[in-house]
Amino acid sequence: MSVAEKAQEAQSVRNGWLLSTPALIILTLFAVGPLMIVVVYSFLAPGQYGNVEWKLSLDGWRGILWTKDIFDDTYGLADANVTIFWRSVKLSILTTLLTFAVGFPTAWFIATRPAKSRALWLFLITIPFWTNLLIRTYAINEVIRNEGLLNTVLIKLGVISEPLRIIYTDTAVFIGMAYVYLPLMVLPLFAAIDRFDMKLLEAGYDLYASRMQVLRRVILPIVKPGIIAGSILVFVPSLGAYVTPRVLGGGKQMMIGNFIDLQFGQGRNWPLGAALSLTLLIIVTGALLIYVKYANRDVSNGH
Amino acid sequence: MTKDTAVEARNAVKAFGQGDTAVRALDDVSIEIRKGEFFTLLGPSGCGKTTLLRLIAGFEMPTSGTILLDGQDITYLPPNKRPVNTVFQSYALFPHLTVAQNIGFGLEMQGRPRAEVKATVDRMLALVKLEALASRKTSQLSGGQQQRVALARALAPSPKVLLLDEPLSALDLKLRREMQGELKRLQTETGITFIFVTHDQEEALTMSDRIGVMSAGKLQQVGTPREIYTRPLNRFVASFIGETNFMPATSNGSTLTLAGGYKMPAPPATKSGAVTVTVRPEQVKLTHTPEPGSLPATVRGVVYMGTDMNYQLHLADGTEIEACVVSDVTGEAALQAGQTVGVTFTPGAAQVLED
Repeated sequence: MSVAEKAQEAQSVRNGWLLSTPALIILTLFAVGPLMIVVVYSFLAPGQYGNVEWKLSLDGWRGILWTKDIFDDTYGLADANVTIFWRSVKLSILTTLLTFAVGFPTAWFIATRPAKSRALWLFLITIPFWTNLLIRTYAINEVIRNEGLLNTVLIKLGVISEPLRIIYTDTAVFIGMAYVYLPLMVLPLFAAIDRFDMKLLEAGYDLYASRMQVLRRVILPIVKPGIIAGSILVFVPSLGAYVTPRVLGGGKQMMIGNFIDLQFGQGRNWPLGAALSLTLLIIVTGALLIYVKYANRDVSNGH
Repeated sequence: MTKDTAVEARNAVKAFGQGDTAVRALDDVSIEIRKGEFFTLLGPSGCGKTTLLRLIAGFEMPTSGTILLDGQDITYLPPNKRPVNTVFQSYALFPHLTVAQNIGFGLEMQGRPRAEVKATVDRMLALVKLEALASRKTSQLSGGQQQRVALARALAPSPKVLLLDEPLSALDLKLRREMQGELKRLQTETGITFIFVTHDQEEALTMSDRIGVMSAGKLQQVGTPREIYTRPLNRFVASFIGETNFMPATSNGSTLTLAGGYKMPAPPATKSGAVTVTVRPEQVKLTHTPEPGSLPATVRGVVYMGTDMNYQLHLADGTEIEACVVSDVTGEAALQAGQTVGVTFTPGAAQVLED
């Protein structure tokens, strides 16, 4: 390599850095920066009226799962926190499963419509996004509350005599989240099914596969990237959901999001809030890593 | 239906749409396909040949009529219950499976034991010469290789009938020629009945034991390639397969008289009156000067085609015909445009059309 070529290469490397500077600045300011603040705060002691005291402490992290006994200062497992974590994970998994169960037939239906009406169906799917999340959640509240639409209709029809108690339960949060996140499942599934070659269905039937076998052995493996994308898009925000459990869980059926909010508000325990936020981040990253590994395994299988 | 009939369609009708706007893709088609034969359904696109194939495969149900396989009514049997496999035009290989997994798919779905599946897959891989690619994904294969996988996959469960829906149309000419030979070899080796759909008349003539020519949802003629080529029943069959000339003539039952007084013997059982006669260009003989008993004609155009010379001729009554003559080396024997020549036809080459 000549000197001129070396100089030219060095110049192009410099140019590369120069061109990526704006992106790097934005990433530092808005992603890495705030995250570092959260990390630092999680290792400090809580201040009297919120905020933090600049004093190294592991109490924030310890508080995630353990609680200090008020009488003898020993640490015990914080049952309430475990319950909140478990509820968050459980409801998020259930939400992902329900949105898939409802979203898959929906996406299939849209993808198999004629090209003209397909755009209309997709448009209808996105309509809920036009309304504020809070308003939509209150609408769900209106449907499922004791004197709400659902109970009124069921009682009028004579199906039940006492109103079903759904509001302010896990079920209410579950229904609400499934409703809110359904489009996030439908859209990637639609994209995957839209690319699916319908001739493969005939090929499957032709080769002695039953309908169920065609679904399991042909359709699902091929649209799997869409299933994974949809599941991530639903599972991740479900885990950190705040508004839905707040409105439909009635403050008692807390999820991680509400628990974090509590620490920065009434709880006046910012380090615990920061540590909880990071825990959420770790859970989500872990879940994503598992997904990615699972997704890659099958793709590389055939080589 | 005889004992050696593999597939039979009886008065099969398939209409798409409702009421007055309904289109009859298949209009009362009855056909018998024999066991172990290479049968080709030939016709232009939209003639109903693929619809007939899909009725046999079970992807569609006929509006009326019956489909029989080995004498059993399979009209409403779903495709996964029919011992019939299809090679699709687009191949429709499973992209998430390897070559070997694709080939073994049908056997697995039939619930055959693992060892048997593996043995059959290996045998099929050898049959289509793809042993080296067994563990490749199908997306990594060339068109010709994908074609072979599609064939092996459809042959693996040893179907009673193999349906091939224009399987060669996506290949280039050289590969297509190669695959034509390959298909014929596979059919002979396996002894399975092949029903092959194509719009390519050359493909049909070179590969088939028998051909069914279709047009506008109807079966026009069924016969061996030679019968179809030399004895077309009607104008559609005559013009769809190869080049041909049509000439008006009058018949008295035993002799055909063309305009200009040219006489030739009529084929047996020719009706009397005005008829249309067809003669292939290569059966048209030319002499440099109109001799007695020949039909005078004027050369309008001369096209050198390598092996052949193609002449456009005008008969005295204005009918245009074509003659195809094997070229001579020097070109000295070639006729010139504007020249008046004598036309005769190879005895027995003339065919009288039904319509």
